[in-house]
Amino acid sequence: MAQATFQIFRGDSKGGALQTYTTDVGEGMVALDCVHQIQAESAPDLAVRWNCKAGKCGSCSAEVNGRPRLLCMTRMADLPEGEPVRIEPMHTFPLLRDLVTDVSWNYGVKKKIAKFAPRKPDAADGSWRMQQEDIDRVQEFRKCIECYLCQDVCHVLRDHAKHDEFAGPRFFVYTAALEMHPIDTGDRIDAVKDEQNIGYCNITKCCTTVCPEGITITDNAIIPLKERVADKHYDPLLWLARKLGIGDGETGAGA
Amino acid sequence: MATTAVPTDRLRFGRPAGFAQTARRDAWWIEPVLTLVGLGSFVVYATWAALQGKFYYIGNLLSPFYSPEIWGPSPHAMFGPQPAWLPWPSFLPFSAAILVLAIPGNFRLTCYYYRGAYYKAFWADPPACGVGEPARGSYLGERTLPLVMQNVHRYFLYGAILVWFFLVHDVWKAVWFLQADGTEALGLSVGGVVLAVNVVLLWFYCTGCHSLRHLIGGRLKVFSKHPMQHMAWKVVTWLNCRHKLFAWCSLFSVGFSDIYVRLCAMGVWHDLRLFMI
Repeated sequence: MAQATFQIFRGDSKGGALQTYTTDVGEGMVALDCVHQIQAESAPDLAVRWNCKAGKCGSCSAEVNGRPRLLCMTRMADLPEGEPVRIEPMHTFPLLRDLVTDVSWNYGVKKKIAKFAPRKPDAADGSWRMQQEDIDRVQEFRKCIECYLCQDVCHVLRDHAKHDEFAGPRFFVYTAALEMHPIDTGDRIDAVKDEQNIGYCNITKCCTTVCPEGITITDNAIIPLKERVADKHYDPLLWLARKLGIGDGETGAGA
Repeated sequence: MATTAVPTDRLRFGRPAGFAQTARRDAWWIEPVLTLVGLGSFVVYATWAALQGKFYYIGNLLSPFYSPEIWGPSPHAMFGPQPAWLPWPSFLPFSAAILVLAIPGNFRLTCYYYRGAYYKAFWADPPACGVGEPARGSYLGERTLPLVMQNVHRYFLYGAILVWFFLVHDVWKAVWFLQADGTEALGLSVGGVVLAVNVVLLWFYCTGCHSLRHLIGGRLKVFSKHPMQHMAWKVVTWLNCRHKLFAWCSLFSVGFSDIYVRLCAMGVWHDLRLFMI
């Protein structure tokens, strides 16, 4: 069984340091297994948040060798052999301790987004009728596990700290899922422009790169929302068409 | 168990890292450097070529930089030579390219793919994912002037598609060769192939545009009521997934088409005729 060296951040918001540990690495082990082994062998007070160990709960988000990743989905065999593995907490959120950050800011952002507002039920029993082709596009967004790795890597939050103004990629995915839903009647486009401030996004696609669920965040959620904002606020011909009452109204709710 | 100091400032909420600071160990700088070199070279060459005003046509071949040639000295000009009433700065030689290049140029400048690429490569904003940026006073993104103008991308798309039809017409003209008896005969030369490949790549690039994807069907909430738009959206989506590929291929092909025609016109090489019918 091979041994691997780890540099793991230990500390809290007042300060900290990378501490070096070594542990045995067996076949099929992931970074989270190694962190747990280190906890068991030499650092019982090492704080790490985890839950499912299956890439579905989004709890063990961290940065491995500088890349935002889920610890439970980072196979040791995929990391460079013979080099120490550096594990740090997410940089974009306040540090609680060691590898655990306070991601509660995200919950507050989500609360501000207008909720799903379905049209009147299609049937007397209170149910709706939808075609599969109308819902396919939205199902990609439903894969999100809220690991917040996309928020962590987004430079608008990470480097420019626009937490007070910018919703971040996770919540553009959430908003896009609502805006594209075939029975939703809400209109969130003004809020996307003025409250979520989508204009801060400069389409670097880092969020797409780190998404462990493979959601094409930039192309399928953010850019379509930017285009909807352009429809409403930056397209003079569409503005004129709206004034003249021309148009199919198909971007409207529940059409 | 050893301890290594780490700059904990950047682990704190809202504190930026310094320029190029990262724990990444891969060669993250390769992609922005390639973008810088590739896009930078193209912009320098295209500007130089557009300002020349000569060696942009030979026989039935016209450089895509100069198409459509609204006014100009070549037989391809739609309305003859430069009219006397058209104001032109005295320090610049008249060039038909300057009249049209703004359309495809701005289409690429405002393209969603290129924006992401050149913000990284030219502005280091950020240099790469998870890599620290140079210190800046403020960050405005695309919310205010001038970058808020990126939102008019769709209008440059309309213009680029119009220009594309002129390029198709140029390919059509490139396969007709003037004979000694004054008639024209159908044939194909390497130049015709170069221009044809260019229009195919440009079509794939234009029709993979994010704005087109939205306008053609993405704006709809209910696809099932609009099967034709849904089908069109799926086709554009397929191309959109390859937008980066076609952005670079078409950039190369349009630049090479100009170089090919230019070198033919300068007599450096000759347009090899493949066959005549």
